[in-house]
Amino acid sequence: MSIRKMSAEELLGINKFAVDEGHAHIIIEPEACKKCQDKPCLYFCPACLYTLKDGEIKFDYAGCLECGTCRIVCAQSGKGIKTWEYPRGTFGVEFRYG
Amino acid sequence: MVNKMSEEEIFDAIVIGAGPAGTACAYKLAQKGKSVLLIDRSSNAGGKNLMGGRLYTYALDIVDPELRMEAKFERKVAREQIMVLGKDTGITIDFENFAVKDQALAEQSYTILRAGFDEWFAGKAEEIGVMLATGIKVDDLLIKDDKVIGVIAGDDKMYANTIVAADGINSFMAQKAGLRDDLKPTMVGVGVKEVISLPAKIIQERFQVGENEGAARMVIGGTDGLTGGGFLYTNKESISLGMVFSPEKLNQSKRSIQEIYQDFKMNPAIQKLIGDGESLEYGAHLVPEGGWLHSVPKKLYRNGFLIVGDAAGFCINTGTILRGMDLALLSGVAAANAILSEKEIGLVYMEELQRLNLIQTMKLYKGWPNIIGLERMATVYPQLINEITKFMFTVDGKVPKKMPKAIMHITRKYVTLKNLVQDAWKGGRSI
Repeated sequence: MSIRKMSAEELLGINKFAVDEGHAHIIIEPEACKKCQDKPCLYFCPACLYTLKDGEIKFDYAGCLECGTCRIVCAQSGKGIKTWEYPRGTFGVEFRYG
Repeated sequence: MVNKMSEEEIFDAIVIGAGPAGTACAYKLAQKGKSVLLIDRSSNAGGKNLMGGRLYTYALDIVDPELRMEAKFERKVAREQIMVLGKDTGITIDFENFAVKDQALAEQSYTILRAGFDEWFAGKAEEIGVMLATGIKVDDLLIKDDKVIGVIAGDDKMYANTIVAADGINSFMAQKAGLRDDLKPTMVGVGVKEVISLPAKIIQERFQVGENEGAARMVIGGTDGLTGGGFLYTNKESISLGMVFSPEKLNQSKRSIQEIYQDFKMNPAIQKLIGDGESLEYGAHLVPEGGWLHSVPKKLYRNGFLIVGDAAGFCINTGTILRGMDLALLSGVAAANAILSEKEIGLVYMEELQRLNLIQTMKLYKGWPNIIGLERMATVYPQLINEITKFMFTVDGKVPKKMPKAIMHITRKYVTLKNLVQDAWKGGRSI
């Protein structure tokens, strides 16, 4: 296999994650997101985990790289993120290279 | 994992975060016989840590000169490259050190991969007596009579004379201590990075470097108009490729930074360097790009509490030099020395940061984020410089324009003279 353009989903597929099932570490309030003009999360989340479906923001915490970008851009915009914490100990992404 | 800890046990120090700043601090304290608990939320120390990157090794020597003998280095940087990427063309400045084998120790730098390096470093700290507790997330600080006296992790409370927050750029502990507000877009760059495997021999051929030697490349342009740039570091058997973007402004073309990065990766100029490789990992991390004025909190300590490394916003980006990990190591050493002094830790910490040249150096470069942040650096200058360069190398049989006239003509296509003067003025004043 050689170098090719990869979607965020494919890229996350090569990473190692220990998903904390049932414990989302980031929680959004879609109603607040609806009023958000810019929706910067759609463009700045490096893992593209924020998606727009029928005018509503959807978020999947499972592939989160724990960078913090969404929290920062959201705070300047729609303020739809209600909770942003690191995953519980041992959970989340585990970089094998870093 | 920590065994059952009695509430009466009071450590000399608890260090939150086993990155370079935290581990350096723990290491220096353990060397002097102090009891230290080093806590990391990842299953393996270093498992959450990510950077470009390279380490300027003088800082590791300040922790302990013995460490470099067995440190997990990738390649010694022998070529420094800066690339200005245009639409179909590129200019690369390639600075080669032919005498890299004789390079003074203090001037050396090595590419590294942080997961392996940090795990090794935390292991070294453990060998000399640091108690390493992985897989534990610190949730809060224990504060009594205005002094930070411990940490809370789940149902556990742990106590120490000093708590050191080395919990990275998002530092919730610095926020809980009241030393910092949450980050703002002006304070950070968003870094994305792919590690791409390639055989050592191919890396050496493509970058024309010897065995164990490597290249570091910064790239201007290719960001689709967003402020930021690209980077490439050669490891032993892989390449670290990525970009850093300012999250201050949305991209006009409404494309995600992940897509912009993928286009950069597929650019022919980059393709010929990474071709036939295989993607091993994709990561992201914030970088405290705001420098002394924007990223470093006004106060780095309170009673019983110090902040170090990314948590303190220590980072320098001059366009040719990107420093973060060396400053993290220095700040860890400074924090350890402050604790060892058994005097007023906050004041000694600031003195130590001065003594290790960290504060002066950050202040020296305090204006540089303004140059890197010039909007036209991302939107028009890379293509402008490429077109002028192309003119200088083009022969097509016609009578060419006079050089100054041609340069002026090309320049005016991209930028008004007024804007050019404004940027030059702003840039000049910033340095």
